[in-house]
Amino acid sequence: MGWKVSGLPSLKPSNQKPETFQPKTFQPEHMTNELIHARIEQQRPGILVRHETAYDGMLTLETTREQILPLLQFLRDDEQLQFHFLTTLCGIHFPEEKDRELCAMYQLHNWRTNTRIRVKVFFPIADPHLPTATTLWPTANWMERETYDFYGVIFDGHPNLTRILNVEDLDVFPLRKEYRLEDGTRTDKDDRFFGRQGHEGRSFD
Amino acid sequence: MQIQSYFSQLDSIEGELATLNLGPTHPATHGIFQNVLKMNGEKIVSAEPTIGYIHRAFEKLAERRPYNQITPITDRLNYCSSPINNMGWHMTVEKLAKIEVPKRAQYMRVITMELARIADHLVCDAVIGVDTGALTGFTYMFQERERIYDMYEEVCGTRLTTNVGRIGGMERDFTPAFHQKLKDFLKTFPAKFEEFHNLLERNRIFMDRTIGAGPIEAERAMAYGFTGPNLRACGVDYDVRVMQPYSSYEDFEFIIPVGTQGDTYDRFMVRQEEIRQSLRIIRQAYDNLPSGDYHADVPDYYLPEKPDVYTKMEALIYHFKIVMGEVPIPKGEVYHAVEGGNGELGFYLISDGGRQPYRLHFRRPCFIYYQAYPEMIKGSMLSDAILTMSSMNVIAGELDA
Repeated sequence: MGWKVSGLPSLKPSNQKPETFQPKTFQPEHMTNELIHARIEQQRPGILVRHETAYDGMLTLETTREQILPLLQFLRDDEQLQFHFLTTLCGIHFPEEKDRELCAMYQLHNWRTNTRIRVKVFFPIADPHLPTATTLWPTANWMERETYDFYGVIFDGHPNLTRILNVEDLDVFPLRKEYRLEDGTRTDKDDRFFGRQGHEGRSFD
Repeated sequence: MQIQSYFSQLDSIEGELATLNLGPTHPATHGIFQNVLKMNGEKIVSAEPTIGYIHRAFEKLAERRPYNQITPITDRLNYCSSPINNMGWHMTVEKLAKIEVPKRAQYMRVITMELARIADHLVCDAVIGVDTGALTGFTYMFQERERIYDMYEEVCGTRLTTNVGRIGGMERDFTPAFHQKLKDFLKTFPAKFEEFHNLLERNRIFMDRTIGAGPIEAERAMAYGFTGPNLRACGVDYDVRVMQPYSSYEDFEFIIPVGTQGDTYDRFMVRQEEIRQSLRIIRQAYDNLPSGDYHADVPDYYLPEKPDVYTKMEALIYHFKIVMGEVPIPKGEVYHAVEGGNGELGFYLISDGGRQPYRLHFRRPCFIYYQAYPEMIKGSMLSDAILTMSSMNVIAGELDA
C-alpha cells in the first residue's frame, strides 16, 4: 500500500498495522467513569460539585468557576487521566435555573485510552465571568470568543476577547434564550394540543 | 472596526513594514475570509484573521427546527462533503432516539460518505495544484468530481447540498443507474487519479513550492485542536473512523496515512492516500453490500411510503406527525462525532423532549484549526501563505457556520 518513498521527503504509512488494529485495546479497564471519578476525588478532594453519567454514557463533571481551571489542568496533566485534547467548548443557557443560568461545557478527550469526558460549570447571567482556558490550550482562544459572541460569557485573561462570527457592534448575545423564536400569533404549534412541554412553548416575554 | 484598525496599522508603519489586506474576496483564498497581514517586503510578520463573513447562525436556527429539518442546515457546513455532515447528524439523532440502523443502510451510508470524502479531497488537492501553477490537473479532477455528483443525484436527487439519508436509514435504495455509475467510477477513476497524482507527486516545481511550506509540529497541532488530514500530516494517526467506529467502519480494512513534517506537501500526500483508502473502503462495502432493508422499521421517525399515505390511515397519521415535527424524542444529551473531510465533525445535542433541540453545538474542525493559521505562516512568503491556506482546506461554510 502507499506510495514510493525512497530517499524523498517523507511520508510513510502509519505504523499501526490496520489488520491487527483492535479499537478495544485502546480502552484500558481503568478508564471507567467510576474510576475516573474516584481518581479525581482522591487527588483533588472536593473539587467536584456533582458528577453523573450522561445519556450517552459520557462522564459529566460539574465544578465551580473558581475550580474550573485547576480541574481542567489536573485532567490534562494527571499521569493517569491524560485528557490532553480539548475537543470543544460551548455555552448553554438555562433561563429558569436561578443563579445558574449560564453554563460552559468543556469536552475533553484522551486519545491514548480513547476516553471522552465533559466538564460543566454553571454561573449567574448577571455575573458572566469565567477564567480563560487559553493558558492550557491555544485552541480555546476561538472557542471562547465564540462563546462570548453567542452568550456574552466574559473569559477573564483572554488575549483578545472580541466577537468572532457576528459583527462587532451587535448589542445582543443571540444564542441566549431571551428572544421569541416563533411568531407569537401562531397557534397551530401550541404544545398544549400535543400533550407535551417543549422549550418552545415557554414564554420569553 | 476592521477599517479603523487597518488605518491605525498604516500609521504605525516603520521602515519596510506594510499592511496588506488579503481578502475578504481575494480569489486565492477560495472563500470569504480576510487576513490583515503585516508584511516586511514579501515576508509575513504577522497576520490577523477575520472570519464570520458567511455566518448564518446555524446553532440558533437549529433551535427552532424539527430534527429532520436540521439536515439541510448541515449540508451547508462543509459543502464539499455534505453527505458526511448529513449522516453525522442522522447518527446523532439515532443515538438519542436509540435507533438501530440495518446493516445495508449502514453500508450504503459508508459508500456515500466515502464518495464524499473523495470529492472533498479531490477539490482540495486539485486546488493545491492550481495554487502552485498547475491548472490542468484541476480541470481533470473536477470532471471526476462531477461523476461523484452524478452519483449523489442518483442517491438523493441533488448534487451539492445533498440532504441525503433520513433519520433511520436512507431515503431510497440504490437505483440501477447508481450501480452502473459506481461500477464505471470504480473502474476508470483510479487510472485518472494516478495520472493526476503522477503529475504532481515528483514534480520538481510542485515539491519546491510545497515542501516546508506552512509546517506545524504534532504537539502544537494537537494543542490547537487539529484533527483530520491536517493532523495526520504531522504524524498523528487519529481518525474517528477507527477510534470510535460508526456505521460499521469496523468491518472494513483501511490504513490511516500519516506524514512526518506537517507541511503542505504532507497534507497533500495524506489526502491523496486517503482517496485511495476511500476507494478501498467503497469496494469492500459495495462487494459485501448486505441484503435487507435500507431503513430501520421506525414509523415514528421514518416517513412512510407515499402511496401508503394516500391509502392507509396509519401511514397518514405518521406522515402528518413527522412533517409537523411531532416525533417522540427522549430527553438527553449526546455527542456524536464523524470523520468529516477536515477532521472530527462533532454534534453536541441537548434535547429537553421538545420537538426541536434545546441546544445543538457543532464541533467544526475548520473553525478550530484555522486559528493556527497566523502561527503557521509567520515568517513565510506571501505565496506560501496562500498555499498553506489551500492545503488546510478551510471551507468558509464550516468555518462560519
